[in-house]
Amino acid sequence: MQRAMNTPPARFDAREASKWFFRHGHTGWLGLRFTDQGDNWVELELPWREDLLGDRSRPVLASGPIISLMDMASGMAIWQTRGTFQPVATLDLRVDYQRPARERASVKGRVECYRITRSAAFVRGVAYDDDLDDPIAHVAGCFMTIGADPRQDNPALTEALGDD
Amino acid sequence: MTDGVELPAYARSLGIVLTGESDGDMPVLTVDFGPMVEGRPQHFHGGATAGLLEKAGYAALRTALIAAGRDPLLKPINITVQYLAAGKSQASFAVGRITRLGRRNANVTVEAWQSDRARPIATAVMNILMV
Repeated sequence: MQRAMNTPPARFDAREASKWFFRHGHTGWLGLRFTDQGDNWVELELPWREDLLGDRSRPVLASGPIISLMDMASGMAIWQTRGTFQPVATLDLRVDYQRPARERASVKGRVECYRITRSAAFVRGVAYDDDLDDPIAHVAGCFMTIGADPRQDNPALTEALGDD
Repeated sequence: MTDGVELPAYARSLGIVLTGESDGDMPVLTVDFGPMVEGRPQHFHGGATAGLLEKAGYAALRTALIAAGRDPLLKPINITVQYLAAGKSQASFAVGRITRLGRRNANVTVEAWQSDRARPIATAVMNILMV
């Protein structure tokens, strides 16, 4: 059955979106999986894998894939909060490492979007293995919506910022 | 000078390779564009760019430590990545610079670029603990 042209698109759902997000590209190569979600947060899992070691002396996941995990969970938390899949660009992402991951452990990343405006979105979250209250890392990030320029429908902003 | 830099399994599987030296003998790391680093179609995933920056930061620090005759264990304290432009479907390069090499802590700045060295696509600042 065809959906009528004027029917609003279905609300963004991280669980459903994961089915095609993680089939290809960088996140597919990492093998990211969806684990849980709330109104303004998403949790993903980076499964343990021998070839993602960061350090030859210990069998723990490298920090690079953990940043990828948190970046992806951040984007999805923003879409989950906004309710629509509107492309965003990462402006910055900060990761504070608390302790190494446990040996041969998968890592989960839970990120919430705590503030969203027309142009920007702010996220914070944790990466953990066993216990959410004993994280491997804390993250904080700032994202910007790309595509439509929100100044176009806000004359006050257009004047304040000039026409660049 | 870069002989002592060995990339970990993660960097090798992502296709990060050492391609040269610049900025005072600091190692330049490169990753080609391909499905393993792709985020939105035909663009680098921010996580892959961060991975490249981080590895270049460690490679720079290891190089400076070897020059200073030191071989400590390195532990990450934090990293802040700033994204400046979309990473397009071509090779990316990164090189680190040691802003401060202390006894216990190093502060490292890293820059990534594509076709034009003067137009970075991302930068990172890392604090690394040395024990």
